Amino acid sequence: MAILVSPQTKVLVQGITGSFGARHAQLSLDYGTQVVAGVTPGKGGQTFDHKGFSVPIFDTVAEAVRQTGATASALFVPPPFAADAILEGADAGLELVVAITEGIPVNDMIRVKRAIQGKPTRLIGPNCPGLVTPGDGENSHGGCRIGIAPGYIHKRGHVGVVSRSGTLTYEAVWQLTCRGVGQSTCVGIGGDPVNGTSHLDVIKMFMADPDTHGIILIGEIGGASEEEAAEWIAQYGTKPVAGFIAGATAPPGRRMGHAGAIVSGGKGTAQAKFEAFEKAGIGVARTPSEMADTLLRLMK
Amino acid sequence: MNIHEYQAKQLLHQYGVAVPAGQPCTTVAEAEAAARAIFSSGHGLVVVKSQIHAGGRGKGTFTSGFKGGVKLAKSVDETVDVAGKMLGQVLVTLQTGPEGRLVQTILVAAAETIKKEFYLAVLLDRAVSRPVIMASTEGGVEIEEVAHHSPEKIFKEWVDPAVGLMPYQARKLASALGLKGDLFNQACKLIAGVYKTWWEADAAMVEINPLCIVATANGREALVAVDAKISLDDNALYRHPEIVKMRDLAEESPLEVEASKHALNYIKLDGNIACLVNGAGLAMATMDIIQHSGGRPANFLDVGGGASKDQVSAAFRIILSDSSVQGILVNIFGGIMDCNVIATGIVAAVRETGLTLPLVVRLEGNNVAVAKQTLADSGLTIINGDTMADAAKKVVAAVAAR
Repeated sequence: MAILVSPQTKVLVQGITGSFGARHAQLSLDYGTQVVAGVTPGKGGQTFDHKGFSVPIFDTVAEAVRQTGATASALFVPPPFAADAILEGADAGLELVVAITEGIPVNDMIRVKRAIQGKPTRLIGPNCPGLVTPGDGENSHGGCRIGIAPGYIHKRGHVGVVSRSGTLTYEAVWQLTCRGVGQSTCVGIGGDPVNGTSHLDVIKMFMADPDTHGIILIGEIGGASEEEAAEWIAQYGTKPVAGFIAGATAPPGRRMGHAGAIVSGGKGTAQAKFEAFEKAGIGVARTPSEMADTLLRLMK
Repeated sequence: MNIHEYQAKQLLHQYGVAVPAGQPCTTVAEAEAAARAIFSSGHGLVVVKSQIHAGGRGKGTFTSGFKGGVKLAKSVDETVDVAGKMLGQVLVTLQTGPEGRLVQTILVAAAETIKKEFYLAVLLDRAVSRPVIMASTEGGVEIEEVAHHSPEKIFKEWVDPAVGLMPYQARKLASALGLKGDLFNQACKLIAGVYKTWWEADAAMVEINPLCIVATANGREALVAVDAKISLDDNALYRHPEIVKMRDLAEESPLEVEASKHALNYIKLDGNIACLVNGAGLAMATMDIIQHSGGRPANFLDVGGGASKDQVSAAFRIILSDSSVQGILVNIFGGIMDCNVIATGIVAAVRETGLTLPLVVRLEGNNVAVAKQTLADSGLTIINGDTMADAAKKVVAAVAAR
């Protein structure tokens, strides 16, 4: 089961001929993901070749969808063109657009979010590592990898992971895998202040997914996405959840790498988020080293 | 990116927002000319404002002993005197820290006769992913204080990005501020101009505090943005070359400027344990675990997803330029990045810098066995950390033992 994507999901890559997109398209193919199409305007008709795979390239997402039946996109388009590319994906009727691109202007995202409101397309990101539903093969081969996460650190199983950051998510996943515990799906929602999918959106999907038995929720300073998720979990949560918040030591008023990671006007502190977790009965990992163990204690 | 008050006012003025007449000046001679122009246009009072990217200027003190980063002057001579005491001097305020900031520019402006102060700001409301315009009858004070004590005095209008700010929304805000007649009409125009500045300049925040009703020379009243603060969305700077020119590197930490040249994200903190990490979330978490283990982080440093050998050595040089650093923790989760590239970079950087401080390295991920071998074979004293917790404990202990 898992959420959002399965090993059968047909994926297209927007920006497949750029160096970043190409590198990760190759890694997804290596992982066994069904990469069925690439889109680069002006390069339609060419192919993207890698180790015996020959992936057709199209000029438009609509054409790629029509020809290949792709339902999800991994988007690597540079920031000035990313808003347009996201909306092109929505226009083509994709179920899922995963925007990896870092550095999209906030005002572009405000307009994108308004434009896809009410449409069936789900946007994840931008500025995110993407998502992975691990496969059954060796080192979780055969799964669906959309984005830039390392596939091999995963293991097929029943823990859902949702996070705003990349490497901190890998840290949590690796802690689980090292303890022999697999994951249903791992979702990076991204570090920008305006994004397509919130912690809460993913938490609701995990709670409804019979294949997910426990959840790790990773947040960071800035905004109130973690508090929103915690409030919902307190009322409707049916599965154990462990949480960690990064940035307890971050100075107020400074952006910590991610555009959305900032404590402003006393709002969005790690302390407030940890308190919201405690109030909601979420198991709090006090350090990033204890994310997996905190959840496993709750799942016993 | 932040800009100075005078630059914010220039931008606002371009969008039709009324600001007091004034000139940025970098020399006393310029200040004299600016004051002369203001007095000769009929104003009886001039205000001289130090231009630094920090609040609390009015109550600040110069390291020379001169009090007040914002001063009134009744004559050209008085303006010249004040300008001479501000330019080239270091101003310390509650927000600058004890080291203060060098004042290189002053704003010489007409001092208005203020009848009433309001607050007006535009920013992103992250909860709904839309811009929100905030106005309050309580101007001239911190808006957080107002939100805490009298939230009913803050009025908000959210803008639908599909249609932009509608005139009725500006009218609602002007009405909520209790404005009537000509002032009501002025407020509607001003609110529209402030919103347009926010949207078109890709600002992160535009804050007018205070927005004032002032007495004009002809005995009437006008709405004027007496102070203004604008911060910009860094991601959108590529489409605003004219705003990029407003960047003042002197207002930024030299180490942070140096780091940005190498595509490193570095923020200096107060502690003594430096860290070098890949990924913003993991970098924050590494700072946190240093503190949790009883140490104090000296910095935030994200080397990014695909750090090269050169970036690692630049990162080491930057870390070591901070004289309070007494130990270093490297925490790399090399998902796809080859850990051995990092290990090779570390060895080269340690040799190049002649590092003598304790160095704890925690590597995990792709090609980690070869990477650990590279560190072991180097003959350098590098402490291995197995997990984040283990590495943090070891670096705190090593620094304590020094």
